Amino acid sequence: MNPTDLANQASATAQRALELAQQARAMAETHVAPVAAAADPFLFLLTIFLLACFVGYYVVWNVTPALHSPLMGVTNAISSVIVVGAILATGLGESLAAQVFGFLAAALAAVNIFGGFIVTRRMLAMFQSKKKG
Amino acid sequence: MAATLSTFAYLVAAVLFILALRGLSHPTTSRQGNLFGMVGMGIAIVATLLRPGMGGGGIGLIILALAIGGGAGAYIASRIQMTALPQLVAAFHSLVGLSAVFVAAAAFYAPESFGIGHAGEIHGGSLVEMSLGLAIGAITFSGSVIAFAKLQALMSGAPITFKGQHWLNLGLGILLVVLIIGFVASGSAALFWLIAILAFALGFLLIIPIGGADMPVVVSMLNSYSGWAAAGIGFTLSNLLLIVTGALVGASGAILSYIMCKGMNRSIINVLLGGFGTDAGGAAAGGGATGDRAPVKAGSPEDAAYIMRNAQKIIVVPGYGMAVAQAQQVLREMGDLLKKEGAQVEYAIHPVAGRMPGHMNVLLAEANVPYEDVKELEEINPEFADADVAFVIGANDVTNPAAKTDKSSPIYGMPILDVERAKTVFFIKRGMASGYAGVDNELFFRPNTMMLFGDAKKVTQEIVQALQRD
Repeated sequence: MNPTDLANQASATAQRALELAQQARAMAETHVAPVAAAADPFLFLLTIFLLACFVGYYVVWNVTPALHSPLMGVTNAISSVIVVGAILATGLGESLAAQVFGFLAAALAAVNIFGGFIVTRRMLAMFQSKKKG
Repeated sequence: MAATLSTFAYLVAAVLFILALRGLSHPTTSRQGNLFGMVGMGIAIVATLLRPGMGGGGIGLIILALAIGGGAGAYIASRIQMTALPQLVAAFHSLVGLSAVFVAAAAFYAPESFGIGHAGEIHGGSLVEMSLGLAIGAITFSGSVIAFAKLQALMSGAPITFKGQHWLNLGLGILLVVLIIGFVASGSAALFWLIAILAFALGFLLIIPIGGADMPVVVSMLNSYSGWAAAGIGFTLSNLLLIVTGALVGASGAILSYIMCKGMNRSIINVLLGGFGTDAGGAAAGGGATGDRAPVKAGSPEDAAYIMRNAQKIIVVPGYGMAVAQAQQVLREMGDLLKKEGAQVEYAIHPVAGRMPGHMNVLLAEANVPYEDVKELEEINPEFADADVAFVIGANDVTNPAAKTDKSSPIYGMPILDVERAKTVFFIKRGMASGYAGVDNELFFRPNTMMLFGDAKKVTQEIVQALQRD
């Protein structure tokens, strides 16, 4: 599958999901909003955290041992999603200190994002290129 | 972009990250997986930039930061040699850790940006989460810096131990908890930075006693920590994407640590307490003390070439020594020549070979060894019995039968590659020095073993020349 097709597919999926989310939101506003608001936000986050731990557990056990180094590359790159916090701190500009820290954090995370994905791509290219060899 | 929309974009990104990990279940789907990861990251960044309240000047700053960091990351990642992969990954982990520290600091000084209260009066729960993200991030940073220094040989790979080390660490750990409680109660900036400094010191002290060859565990563990740090920050900022991603990465690193520990038959506690083994890579040179045993049989590359030309089945066992000598390319040439002679050539990878999980697989893949020929321990072990030659290059402890027979050996119980069952065993080694665990390998003294002394790359090159000659 080539990257353009993939990107098109991904964006189509995202579009559909978006529509669904809007429907869900409309429903939530009319029906469940009062109940949701009553739930403890921390418990809600904790639930998501624990479920994600389980997802991670099962997905990672399926990774073939030969690809454990690329796995580290990918996890390293995606853990830099912490850049989201850095962007908010810099962009909202509530205080100078926060902007400075946000700027530094964004730069460091960016090293990882680009570095992590690129080094992983290099590794994976090696695993692909030699079927004929 | 409205808050609901950006939250939804984060959800899409989280799903793409899960698919990225899923793709790694097979080499053929893995590149697509990596692409999913990149798209997810792009969505997350764009969605955040479009959040309401993002100012023009701020956006300029962000793009500058991303350009500087991204440029540096892209430059390093496209030039790094694959043998230096473990230290690169360690360095990257340190950046995630430091980044978490900075984001925690930003949240502390501008809590309004993240809706967790006002400067000086941040919600108690948020302070707990913030201090956890801060402490784990700081430990990840300084621990990874030490791991990097050891892997890059900027400092000795030998464990650094001193009296009362574990009590000191325990004391500092308790002090850290006390500081966190004080910080949550007071919200004081001084305590915030004290926690950071103490956690930096703790990360440093936790990694220095761990020896060079235990680095696969350390690198996996720091991988896990960097995930937990991201999740901690995610709780602070109530950001679903950070929480989900942090949990994925944390779980992944924990599983890798577990697999590495199992590969050495040691508990994670045992590894963390450290002090095991000597310097990295068997750097102790020269003929070790072997005194009272039968002399070893040393052979020439020509002898090895002769025996292998007549072999039907050859299993190559690469270890860290192969990576140090950069012998993977010439090793593949040797494999190709032998295949042309009609022999079956396979590669056996021990789970803890190399300095990070899967390191040997990447090096062999780089040298264009087909991945179908590269086998894991459980898969290859039954095959040694019908192998004519086991070609052990730069590995030692992972073949030592003492792990099965000698209860007093420090490596007892470690799963090993059964090279002893092959008709002939070649060991390519620089000298008779014992392996990382500091134990003799009785295989060296067996009649069907032939030692090929010298640099792994040079010896293999000579074998290749001998194979080409006739």
